[in-house]
Amino acid sequence: MQIPYTVEPRPETGLHNAKIGIWLFLASEVMLFGALFSTYILLRTGSVEWPEGSSILSVPIGTFNTMALIASSVTMVLSWVALKMNDLSKFKMYMFLTYFLGILFLIVKVVFEYIPKYEHHLYPSESTFLAIYFTLTGLHALHILGGVIVNIYFWGPGSKMWETEPERFTNRVEVAGLYWHFVDLVWIFLFPVLYLL
Amino acid sequence: MMDNIESIQKHVRNYLMVFGALAILTIVTVGASYLQVGVVLGIVIALIIATVKGSLVAAVFMHLSSEKKFVYILLGITAILFLVLMFITLFTINDNAGIHVS
Repeated sequence: MQIPYTVEPRPETGLHNAKIGIWLFLASEVMLFGALFSTYILLRTGSVEWPEGSSILSVPIGTFNTMALIASSVTMVLSWVALKMNDLSKFKMYMFLTYFLGILFLIVKVVFEYIPKYEHHLYPSESTFLAIYFTLTGLHALHILGGVIVNIYFWGPGSKMWETEPERFTNRVEVAGLYWHFVDLVWIFLFPVLYLL
Repeated sequence: MMDNIESIQKHVRNYLMVFGALAILTIVTVGASYLQVGVVLGIVIALIIATVKGSLVAAVFMHLSSEKKFVYILLGITAILFLVLMFITLFTINDNAGIHVS
């Protein structure tokens, strides 16, 4: 069975189906992270005292990871541009950089943040701040992991589609990019809220 | 959206400019956190900068500055529901939520 509107836009919306699908998914993601941000506000306004993020978390490490994610967003969009210019090798280079920066983000998060926290007995059960910190950043890290897996697929075996259906493959990369930029966008808010305020 | 080489090159320039702006704004966010301006003003400054950065990512990288009407309708509904979700917490401030009663 042929899946309709994978390349040509659907007349009612002017969009191909994958794009509608990813925007609907991202809308649900907004509500998921929105619920957790709302929880954060409730916990913070309801607590008698709240620690300053920088007294528990490392601002330089958080800043480094912010830069890594911002850079990965640029390489992601440039990988899509490379496909638009019919340059698969450039696409592969930018896509490699994208998932490399994603993996770097995860390594820094786990090795330099999560593990030292556990070594210093700073568990999620230790305080409300640590509980919401691990919940928000843990969920975000899982999103990064998901994005890295998808990006590696498109960089590797998934790129075979370029030979048979180049436009459809370009659309797939665009959709993966929208997800990746959203994950970057979430971190842009998480970083000041948790590390700096 | 991207019809010819010239248009693509223009977009690439925009992407790189936004990358520079995001990097600078990240440094500004960190720098602003060291200012002794009080908690409320500190939160306002940090959230304004984060909103500007988020808007740049959404408008340029996610191409929301030139999307189809359907996407705007979808995001408009999402924004309304998101605001409802945020304001729900405000209604609980005057009750006993979060206050331990012994």
